Amino acid sequence: MAGSDLVMYENEFQKIDEELQKLHQQANATVVFLVDKNGQLIASAGDTHDIDTTSLASLTAGNIAATGGIARLLGEKEFTILFHEGEKDNIHISLIGQRVILVVIFDQRSSLGLVRLRVKKTSEALTKLFEDITSKAEKEKSEGKAADSPFAEISDEDIDNLFK
Amino acid sequence: MSFINYSSREINCKIVYYGPGLCGKTTNLQFIYKKTNPEQKGKLISLATETERTLFFDFLPLALGDIRGFKVRFHLYTVPGQVFYAASRKLILKGVDGVIFVADSQIERMEANMESLEDLKINLAEQGYAIEKLPYAVQYNKRDLSNVAPLEEMNKLLNANGVQWFEAVAPTGTGVFETLKSVAKQVLLELKKHY
Ligand SMILES: Nc1nc2c(ncn2[C@@H]2O[C@H](COP(=O)(O)OP(=O)(O)OP(=O)(O)O)[C@@H](O)[C@H]2O)c(=O)[nH]1
Ligand SMILES: [Mg+2]
Repeated sequence: MAGSDLVMYENEFQKIDEELQKLHQQANATVVFLVDKNGQLIASAGDTHDIDTTSLASLTAGNIAATGGIARLLGEKEFTILFHEGEKDNIHISLIGQRVILVVIFDQRSSLGLVRLRVKKTSEALTKLFEDITSKAEKEKSEGKAADSPFAEISDEDIDNLFK
Repeated sequence: MSFINYSSREINCKIVYYGPGLCGKTTNLQFIYKKTNPEQKGKLISLATETERTLFFDFLPLALGDIRGFKVRFHLYTVPGQVFYAASRKLILKGVDGVIFVADSQIERMEANMESLEDLKINLAEQGYAIEKLPYAVQYNKRDLSNVAPLEEMNKLLNANGVQWFEAVAPTGTGVFETLKSVAKQVLLELKKHY
């Protein structure tokens, strides 16, 4: 299959989580999300109880995809930052390393300037992390290391059970 | 593109419903939504026009259960079938793990079906996918109507490779889960091959 799957292990996930926690705190944000470009939620920080995170992830990715399409029509490579201002909450969306989307939701306790500044720092750290994840995945694939893959043993029965 | 998270022990896969305008893609998702337990599903998000035509996509996250300790989630999307939404269809196909082609069985829609299938192949090719290599099934929908084309003819026109196909009546659910299951299974078997 073309395109590469995103495989994330405990270790990397923790590092990503730490970055998001830090951003959440330092930017004084309400919630921070990291979303895959295809709309899958990777991680979040802050109080997500009242938020439908799965829907938010999918719509954010749709939003980025649509503006990306517009950008190409205009001959721009991509709009890397989107900002939506609401009455109470604001949302800052940025594209990181062409692969993941960082979403920051904040209210009057923070400011666009602060969020921008902190997002920039986090972006750099995350870019590096995702480069590591990609190279690690490629390495393992080339070594044919299925490690303790839970999928090697999937049986037809397992799959049928999902649809009972 | 699946997302496998060893930390939260989740697998996320993306399945796209493709097909011409009004063939019943959104209706498939609505039926699945209606028939799934609340704890297994998220919201059904529909970005639609005022006349209920899909404008950008429908989205339904489904958590079917566990395999070997991993929570298996399918993200179901539909594309907008109307011809002029070509650009949106391309975006939604990005990172797809499996495709369900929904065909409208009415004789007068055969040309629209073929056009849409051609469009699908082109869009997949642009991403480096070949339809023969992708988890894929065909659904012949609207079998309840009187003006439907015979199955042999539909297979000849729309299923040259002889993949799994299903007759369906989406509003009442005939064939809906069968089709989904077929592609979901292929997607999981694909994962097994690669990991
Ligand atoms: N009789 C009959 N009607 C159907 C069937 N499936 C869908 N319909 C009807 O066809 C119409 C269009 O269905 P949708 O599911 O909205 O079609 P769609 O493929 O999502 O269309 P777009 O969003 O424009 O691409 C609706 O009025 C459905 O109720 C079927 O199997 N039989
Ligand atoms: Mg629709």
